[in-house]
This record gives sequence, C-alpha cells and structure tokens, in this order.
Amino acid sequence: MQEMLQYLFSGITNGAIYAVIAIGFSMLYNSTDLINFAHGEFVMLGALCMVTFFGTLHLPIVLAILLAIASVAVAGLVFERLAIRSVKNPEPIVLIIITVGASIFLRGIGMILWGKDAHTIASFSSHPPLDIAGAKLLSQSIWIIVILLLTAVGLQLFYKKTLTGKAMEANAISKRAAWIVGIPSKLMIMLAFGLSTAMGGLAGVIIAPITMSSYDMGTMLGLKGFCAAMLGGLGSLWGALIGGFLLGILEAMGVGFVSSGLKDATAFLLLLFILYVKPGGIISSASVKRF
Amino acid sequence: MNNHQTRNRICYTVFLLIILLVGYFLENLYYIQVLTFIGINTLLALALNMLMGYAGQISLGHAAFYGIGAYGTAILTVHYGFSPWLALPAAILSAMIVAYIVGIPTLKLSGYYLGMGTLGFGMIVNILFREWSSVTGGASGFIGIPALELGPISFASGRNYFFLVWGFVLIGFIACQRIIDSRIGRALRAIHDGENAAAAVGVDTRQLKLQIFVLSAAISALAGFLYAHLVYFISPGSFSFIASIRMVTMVVIGGMASIWGALLGASLLTLLPEWLHAFSEFEMVVYGLILMVVMIFLPRGLTRGLLDIYERTRKKNEH
Repeated sequence: MQEMLQYLFSGITNGAIYAVIAIGFSMLYNSTDLINFAHGEFVMLGALCMVTFFGTLHLPIVLAILLAIASVAVAGLVFERLAIRSVKNPEPIVLIIITVGASIFLRGIGMILWGKDAHTIASFSSHPPLDIAGAKLLSQSIWIIVILLLTAVGLQLFYKKTLTGKAMEANAISKRAAWIVGIPSKLMIMLAFGLSTAMGGLAGVIIAPITMSSYDMGTMLGLKGFCAAMLGGLGSLWGALIGGFLLGILEAMGVGFVSSGLKDATAFLLLLFILYVKPGGIISSASVKRF
Repeated sequence: MNNHQTRNRICYTVFLLIILLVGYFLENLYYIQVLTFIGINTLLALALNMLMGYAGQISLGHAAFYGIGAYGTAILTVHYGFSPWLALPAAILSAMIVAYIVGIPTLKLSGYYLGMGTLGFGMIVNILFREWSSVTGGASGFIGIPALELGPISFASGRNYFFLVWGFVLIGFIACQRIIDSRIGRALRAIHDGENAAAAVGVDTRQLKLQIFVLSAAISALAGFLYAHLVYFISPGSFSFIASIRMVTMVVIGGMASIWGALLGASLLTLLPEWLHAFSEFEMVVYGLILMVVMIFLPRGLTRGLLDIYERTRKKNEH
C-alpha cells in the first residue's frame, strides 16, 4: 500500500509535467494546426535558463522563473517569425521537417551555451518532504501540482473571459470567419506561439529542481507530452490535463509493478492504443475527423 | 518502345557504368566506405520515398524496419548459426510480416495522426531493441556479426561490399521505376492526390497502401541487413527516432516522388555530417539550420526545387 502510494505520488508529479507540456502542444495545434516537434527543446531551454538565472546568478526565485519563461517565449516568437511564417506552402510534412530542424538547432544552441554536462538546482522551497501514510511527497511535487492547476484555471479564464482569449478561440475555429469580424489572424498565431512556448518554458522551470537538466533532455519529454495531448484529445485543455495525469500514473505503476524497462514504452503503447481505438482522444465526442 | 522508357534505359546504363568505374578506379578506401554508406542510405531513402513520395503516407518510424533487418540477421547468424544468405530472406520476411500486422490499423490514419502512429511504433521497436538484452545485447549493442562470403568471394574488403550494396541499389531503382510506371504506380499517385477520389475510380486504397508499406519495409530491412554485415556491430541508437527522422529528411531534401531524389538526399545527408565535423561544436546548429532553410525555400526538395528555378529563369529569358 505504502509502495503503491509512493508510485502514485511520483506518477502524479510526472503527470503534472506531461500535462503542462501537453497544454503547450494543444494550444498551438488549436490555433495553427501545427505539431511543433521542437516543443521539447523549449522545455529544455526553460530548464537550462532556470539553471542559469536561479542556480548560477542566484536571482530571487519569482524573478528567475519569470525571466526563464519570458526568454523561452521570446525564442518561440523568433522561431515563429523566422521559420514558420516564411513557409509559403504549409503542408504537414514540410512543417514537420522544419520543426525537427528547429529542434536539432535548439539542441545545438543548448549544447554550446550550457555544455554537455547535466545541471541541477535547489527546490523552490526547502520544506522537508511530507509524510503521507508512509510515502514521501516532495515539496517540489506540491509546487508542480499547484502551479499546474493555477495555470489551467488561468488559461480557462483567459480563453472564456477576456477579449483576446475569445479572439484566439475564434481564430482557432475559423481563420477566415475571424478575419471577417476583424480579428488579426497573424497576431493571434503569434500569441499562440508565444503562449505555447511559454508553457514549454514553464514545464522546464518546474522540472529543473527534480531532474538533471541537460541539452538533450527535451526530445523524450516532448514526445511524452505529445502522447499525453493525444491521449486526452489534441486541442483540448482539460484533455491535456487528463492525458498528462493518466500517462504519468500508468507509467509510474508500470515501472513499479512490471519492469523499469517499460517506462518509456508505456507512453507509446498508450499512444498506439488510443490512435487505433479512439483517435480523437478520451474526452472527444463520438465523431472524429482523422484529417 | 516510347521515349520515357528509352530515357530510363539510358539513365540506368549510365548509372551502372558509373558504379563500375568508381568501384574499379577509386583508390582511396575511405571514400569507398563512405560511398557504401551512401548506397545503404539510398536504399532507405528509396524505400521511404515509395511510401511518402508516391503514395503520400508519412512514416516517422521507418528505422524500426531498418532495425528489424539488422537485428534479424544478427540474431539468426550469431545465435542460431544461420548462413547470412539464409538470414537475409528471413529478416526481410519478418520485417514484411511486422509491417503487414502494424499496417492494417495504422494506415487507416492519415496526416499528423499517421505520423504519430508510426512514430509510436518506431519508439516501441527501439525500446524493444534496448531492453530485450538477452536477445539483442541491450543498450551496449550486438557484437560479432559475421562478414559476408559467397563461395570464394569475400565481402570483407571494401571494394566488394561496395559492388554488393550498389548492385542492390541498382536493382532497387529499376524495380521501383517499373512499379511506378505501371498501373499500380498510377494508382499510388492517385492516392497521393486524393484518397477518396482514387477510391471512387476503383482503386482499392486500403489494400494498395498496405502493399506499398510492406514493400517499403522489405527494402528498409534489406538496407538493415547490409548495414549489419558492413559494420559487424549494431546498437539501438542506429535505429532510434532520430534515425527515422533522418530517413524522412533524406526523402524530403532529395525530393519527394523522385527516384534520383533518393540518391541525392541520401548522398547529402551522409556527406553533411562528414563536412560538418569542421564546425565541431556548431555541427548540430548548422545541421538544423540547413534543414530549416531548405524546407522554407525549397519545400519540394532539391531536385524539384532546382528544376523549378531552372524552368522559371528559362521562361523569364524567353520573354
């Protein structure tokens, strides 16, 4: 029981991180129909910026977090302006290669700026781990879950209550219709890119204290976040949350009770399963467009 | 015999002559080795080009079939003492069976979803290579794969292996060219342009996509076989997600739906890392930049893109 609870805690922690990454994927997919294969690299940038701002420069924690997220969002905006907007004929395959090229490029930048070594930083707060029925819950895990929930609620309010958020949703539903009522589609896409990469940066920031951050950490995190987004239903905020937690918990249980070799396979087995059975994801309605 | 066929025959004869000339007169064994790798990558690019370029079906997990070919022959020759020439059809057949089973549910998907399905499949096969260490040697790799021999001819020397690989490339090219020029080839292009439209005029799209997927897997497995017996040592890293992406890149950079594009893409992607060593730590940055720039400015690949530019300037000059 105690063991099970411990696995559950680690699953929820990882799940929350997958969920943040998945939200970034979903947001961008919603607005631009684009799957950003470089998304994991933005997570890496977020974590390594945090290492620099918080670990090396010892800035106050809130300032360090904001600076790290802002830097990643700026990188995302530059990427959108230079690489994505220049594409004249945006076919999926062309965009896939461009984002893959961007991911290799960013990994290279990460290696040049931070070297090949793995870095680690202190937890956000120095509370001792909580003891719940014999299982330990790290203070950083609580931070991660709280930040995730605040982000989700904040995004929901942004999309439903603010004019900009509503405009973004309108633009995601139909660019032309949104354009006719005066919503600047280019600006909305830029905003989506900025928000999506900021989410990636946020995921990197919150994961930095509990993992070894290095230039090559992004690929696997990105792919798993993607699996989580597919699992819940690509394009849906709550789907990303459900998918993230489900993936995290199943992965932790798989490692705990079956075999640690199974850890990375879980995500992809789930991905295949959902694609074959219900390609729209868990929370989608019955009819699904498979393109 | 029509014009198209004559031109193809001339092309392939010239190609054969070039292979023979290079093979006999190139002295530097290092270049022979690099060219052999280009040959293997050309087979991979050809395999994926049949699926992606002609039939329009994305696969982000093709390294799995490449790996099944390599691990298949490694396991059969080392663990079970098979002759490599018996292991070759066995490895290809297993890749085809896997492709058939995986293809049935996966090829129902399209667009990004197909990309993701194949990606998931590729990752799972790669994890299998890494974790099933009693059979595959695990993360540290599989050593001791025997060299190829055929009677008195040994393929341990670079030159013989060069001829073997490029012989397969030539056969692959001619076979694929014939498929493309046939009724099946037209049906494939119809699927590429519009699957519903193709089905409406009587193309069995489901069946045909599956067949081309299986063919593509078979050629990839052949490349895997050749790779394993060339380097004698394989590890899961050679068949990872990155390897799948490299295959896609070869196809797209070279030019989709072009047999010679496969050769161009494979040559560039094999040579690029060699050239980029000069950039040392900037290697990845430059590699990523090249990918992005080519796709932004020549989204139809180099062969098509350069042809387009040529046509445009010619038209401009005529006016």
